[in-house]
Amino acid sequence: MEAWGVALIKVVFIWAWTLIIATLMTWVERRGSAMIQDRLGPNVCGPFGILQPLADGIKLFTKEDIVPEKAKKILFALGPIMFALPAFSAYAVIPFGDKIVIGGKEIILQVADVNIGFLYIMAIGAMSVYGIVVGGWGSNNKFSILGGLRSTAQLISYEVPFGLALLSVVIIYGTFSLREIVLHQQGTFLGFLPNWGIFKQPLGFILFIVTAYCEANRVPFDLPEAESEIVAGYHTEYGSMRLGLYLFGEYVNMYTLSALMVTLYFGGWHIPYIDMSKFLGPVAYGIASFLVFFLKTCFFLWLFVWVRWTVPRFRYDQVMSLGWKSLIPLALLNLFITAFLVQLTI
Amino acid sequence: MADNKDNNSGVIKGPGWILTKLEWLINWGRKRSPWPFPYGTACCGIEMMATLASGYDMARFGAERVSFSPRQADILLEAGTITKKMVPVLRRIYDQMAEPKWVIAMGACACSGGVFRSYSTLQGIDKVIPVDVYIPGCPPRPEGLLYGLLKIIERIEKDHPLYKEAMKFKESEGGRICNF
Repeated sequence: MEAWGVALIKVVFIWAWTLIIATLMTWVERRGSAMIQDRLGPNVCGPFGILQPLADGIKLFTKEDIVPEKAKKILFALGPIMFALPAFSAYAVIPFGDKIVIGGKEIILQVADVNIGFLYIMAIGAMSVYGIVVGGWGSNNKFSILGGLRSTAQLISYEVPFGLALLSVVIIYGTFSLREIVLHQQGTFLGFLPNWGIFKQPLGFILFIVTAYCEANRVPFDLPEAESEIVAGYHTEYGSMRLGLYLFGEYVNMYTLSALMVTLYFGGWHIPYIDMSKFLGPVAYGIASFLVFFLKTCFFLWLFVWVRWTVPRFRYDQVMSLGWKSLIPLALLNLFITAFLVQLTI
Repeated sequence: MADNKDNNSGVIKGPGWILTKLEWLINWGRKRSPWPFPYGTACCGIEMMATLASGYDMARFGAERVSFSPRQADILLEAGTITKKMVPVLRRIYDQMAEPKWVIAMGACACSGGVFRSYSTLQGIDKVIPVDVYIPGCPPRPEGLLYGLLKIIERIEKDHPLYKEAMKFKESEGGRICNF
């Protein structure tokens, strides 16, 4: 056990870091969409419009807070909180670097290295859907309820392949701890490939990335807030900072899922063929591992934006048939092959 | 009134330094992120879409995230003819928007009814909702809409959101009790 002071610093650091990244992501999303659509995007607000998220935040905070008369007041207030809280707490078990030595003390760059990190991620990830359903139900608006119901239907169709894809990873590494999984990914695989999860689980990664987009409610699976069909979906009745929390939680979810992809399939803080800890000092190694992990995460964050402004939305029944008829059989097949191969090699 | 009673009590007339700086910050946030609510009912709607698309790109001024829910919008962008059947809808959309809100009447029809001087057309939307900026033209060019947006931004800059609230409180029952 480490001192609680260190743990507190790590919690505050990763909380602030996640806030900054999620805030900047709204700017990246807007500039990225502008780039893809041959526009300029926000550029009058600070250099390159980088202060745009700040302006949005100030505006949302000072806007009138409307609670509809017929809304269920408690549920209406609970919705955004129940959506944003799990989004923030999910990052607790994901390692954001290897370790750093300060003052002779070795500090692991992870808030909590729990041995059930996987189950925690699964549980917390499934919690965020309650925020959508409760918000949609509490608004007492037909579009909001439709959005909430779509969200539940989407949850039961993607959560199973999501869990099965993660289970295959657990079978390979034989541990639930996310830090140990990253430690297993050092070195090479079959002599020439980096020992990353994607080379051991190619099908599993495809399943995971599809279900992750589903979990984050991003295009092509943004059915709960399908703008062209049900106004703004579950947050139709939300204005001011309550809406801000919903939008913000979405980006925090994106960041967590991107970090999870890097942790499980792209070797965490490892650079292929190079062992940084051999030629870097303990402090420099800690910072370098953090930066490597962050750069890899940035790529997946950009992928989220890239996909959003490239592909159209799936229809509701198409998501259902994709989930039940394609993803679950594929996930079961992947699980079966993985278990078979692991059994052969042991 | 408190002003008449004690002229030498040191009460600052007008907004003070902290209040004005805070107002500047709030106005800065509001003017840099005016999310529009697109209310395109006629051909002006096409010009509005052109303004949002590449080439003109209204998003440069932060007027992005076109929200189809009136709760989330700041500017009601009324572009097009309003028939008498549409009047209750327009009024309701305006009422559903959260304060602070601004209205742009885009095009001759929205401003005055335009060429449709008939029994079925509303002769200017200012008969039912307050309008901040009128943009003439049939339809106006995208530059016209951008100019209108900049006029709204100028209007937001001159606003005193907190001072107005303070004055409202001063004139209320509570303000008289605590001799504000």
